[in-house]
Amino acid sequence: MTEIPGQHPPERRATAARPARSRAPRRLAGAAAGVVLASTLAACGGGGSGGVPTLTWYTNPDSGGQAELAARCTDAAEGRYRISTAVLPRDAAGQREQLVRRLAASDTSIDIMSLDPPFIPEFAAAGFLAEIPEDVAERVTEGVVQGAIEGATWDDELVAVPFWANTQVLWYRKSVAEAAGLDMEEPVTWEQIVQAAEEQGKLVGAQGARAESLTVWLNALIESAGGSIIEENAEDPADIELGLTSDAATRAAEVMNLVASSDAASPAFSTENEDASATGFESENGGFQVNYPFVYARALGAVEAGSLEASVPEDYGAAVYPRVDPDEPAAPPLGGISLGISAFSPDVDLALEAAECITSAENQAFYFVNDGNPASKAEVFDDPEVLESFPQAPVIRESLELAKPRPQTPYYSEVSGGIQRVYHPPASVDENTGEAAAELISAVLRGDQLL
Amino acid sequence: MTQTTLPPVEKTQPVSAPHGKISDRSKSERKLGWLLAGPAFLVMLGVTAYPILQATYESLFSYRLTDPANREFVGLNNYLVILSDTLWWQALGVTLLITVITVAVELVLGFGLALVMSKALKSIRPVVRAAILIPYAVITVVSAFAWQFAFDINTGFVNSWFAWIPGVSADTDWFGETGTSLLVICLAEIWKTTPFISLLLLAGLAQVPEVLQEAAKVDGATWWQRMTKVTLPNMKAAIMVALLFRTLDAFRVFDSIFVMTGGANNTESVSFLAYRQTISRLEIGLGSAVSVLLFLSVVLIAALFIKGFKVDLASARGER
Repeated sequence: MTEIPGQHPPERRATAARPARSRAPRRLAGAAAGVVLASTLAACGGGGSGGVPTLTWYTNPDSGGQAELAARCTDAAEGRYRISTAVLPRDAAGQREQLVRRLAASDTSIDIMSLDPPFIPEFAAAGFLAEIPEDVAERVTEGVVQGAIEGATWDDELVAVPFWANTQVLWYRKSVAEAAGLDMEEPVTWEQIVQAAEEQGKLVGAQGARAESLTVWLNALIESAGGSIIEENAEDPADIELGLTSDAATRAAEVMNLVASSDAASPAFSTENEDASATGFESENGGFQVNYPFVYARALGAVEAGSLEASVPEDYGAAVYPRVDPDEPAAPPLGGISLGISAFSPDVDLALEAAECITSAENQAFYFVNDGNPASKAEVFDDPEVLESFPQAPVIRESLELAKPRPQTPYYSEVSGGIQRVYHPPASVDENTGEAAAELISAVLRGDQLL
Repeated sequence: MTQTTLPPVEKTQPVSAPHGKISDRSKSERKLGWLLAGPAFLVMLGVTAYPILQATYESLFSYRLTDPANREFVGLNNYLVILSDTLWWQALGVTLLITVITVAVELVLGFGLALVMSKALKSIRPVVRAAILIPYAVITVVSAFAWQFAFDINTGFVNSWFAWIPGVSADTDWFGETGTSLLVICLAEIWKTTPFISLLLLAGLAQVPEVLQEAAKVDGATWWQRMTKVTLPNMKAAIMVALLFRTLDAFRVFDSIFVMTGGANNTESVSFLAYRQTISRLEIGLGSAVSVLLFLSVVLIAALFIKGFKVDLASARGER
């Protein structure tokens, strides 16, 4: 979307004491109104609504939870501000593309935005994110799992407000694990689950498609083996030191190849994304998969719709992400959403206040239950309602404590894009892949090669 | 037997028109022409010339959208980087391959459909035309998704319907390899744009003078002789215009690749390369350079067609 709403002096929107003008439409009905309408309304209608500033929150698509939170916080603000939401594209890359283009043009219609962690350094380094005052930073990080704080931090400063934290767990069919004699109470390794699945003629699901999910998987493998994709100088494109040739990365490549070329991998492994993994796991060949918590809600939804036997989700078990090294804890992937406050927002203070409201423990619990997205505050996992809807909540919490973010760098799209190009298809990955990827990424960052 | 076309007819000049001088009347006509075409001309300048010039200017810089402070003039370096990168040549190869395959198949299919449309019984002609045109009315992204779902290993029906073809089984992953991915991409493109080419050819068919056909029939020419000696030579201009338009269109292929493979397995086209640099990486300079090269390729193709094959755009519109 290239439309840039007309800009106007900030004071027109910020002051509360202006005489009331004709009332603009207050809320947008329905998601169909879309981004253009919502942002235009916010941009032109700010002076209306009796002087109540409207904050526009750019959200990633969900099951309606964020729109509900916006309404709740509007009520809680008691007339000091109102929040309207605008929906971003489905995939994280598309969300980033739209936000970056708008922010690069100093779009004042964005106040709050739902950001995927890997893009936070890029936004912060470009000066797109408003500073978060220390007292606010202290309040919004209280009781938040470590991984989520790390994901929202750049240059030792908190630059976004942690909202929800996602992680992958190892989903297994209880019947398959039992038949294979695997004790799922104990940590398992990739070798063990591949062997068990091969013996039972079942699938091991992972994300082998050429997409962001491939970087997520590789990063988890490398971090589990004790390495990192970027070792040094993440902010300097000419001097960035990549850890793709380290022993840990070589070991990670070995595991990736083992999974992708085993009989337990789906025939379409090189195009398998999260949804395809979940579909395979729901089928009668389902054995194991690494995937986000949404797969459980998805299976329950399929049962309700009548397309899946009720016995299938009952057979679902969840354990912490598989290990690479049997003696070292795994480092599961870290995802989720943090709230960035736009540096071009005319109402930064109110936006910060709204972000605090949205990320309150109560609202995170609601969002967890309603949309299936795990909270970033640890206390939410003890909420009885959460425990009832998500029997796997304790495993998710344990995984979040172990989770490691993807490389934090303003040049993330080059790093991830380079990895996706060289590490795909995963079945062709070998001990030389890391070096090839490191060479490509360095050349791209120096400006010597295309991506 | 030689090819039979009508001799070109000179535009009838008014006998009284003085030579070499422009009359007042044609002066004012010329003025009116400019007044009528002027606004459209200005709009075209604004929406095409301006972006092209801006892209050309920006292609001379190393410029990242998120880092405007470090914008730096690098001359032709971006072009050097692109032209010395195998990725560019590979993308160009893929683009040319898709263009040649789709345009060739579409020309044959489209000609067949045009014949069907022109010969169909009068009563069913509107229905036939509408049916043939439907794919062209479908948005490319939607058509790409439809084809992707059809061939997908989980949701598709192709694997189970066509399992009798050697090499196709329930486990065939169409988007897992270069060849099969390109096959599906080409199929989707052909399905989608054949109606366009057949519509242009239908217009060409209508231009073939009925007198010539009848004369050939009286002389005892067979159907095939009439086709190759009368119909096709008279349609040459229409065929070349259809080919030119479709080639330029096919060369910019993007949507199907974006939806179906995301550029995996070496299926990236030149447009996709421009998208990746400009939109994903935000490298405006490098991306603009790719776009300019894409533009030059398109200009080159158009020039080849018009000069090389002597395509006369005016005659295709029946102006002469």
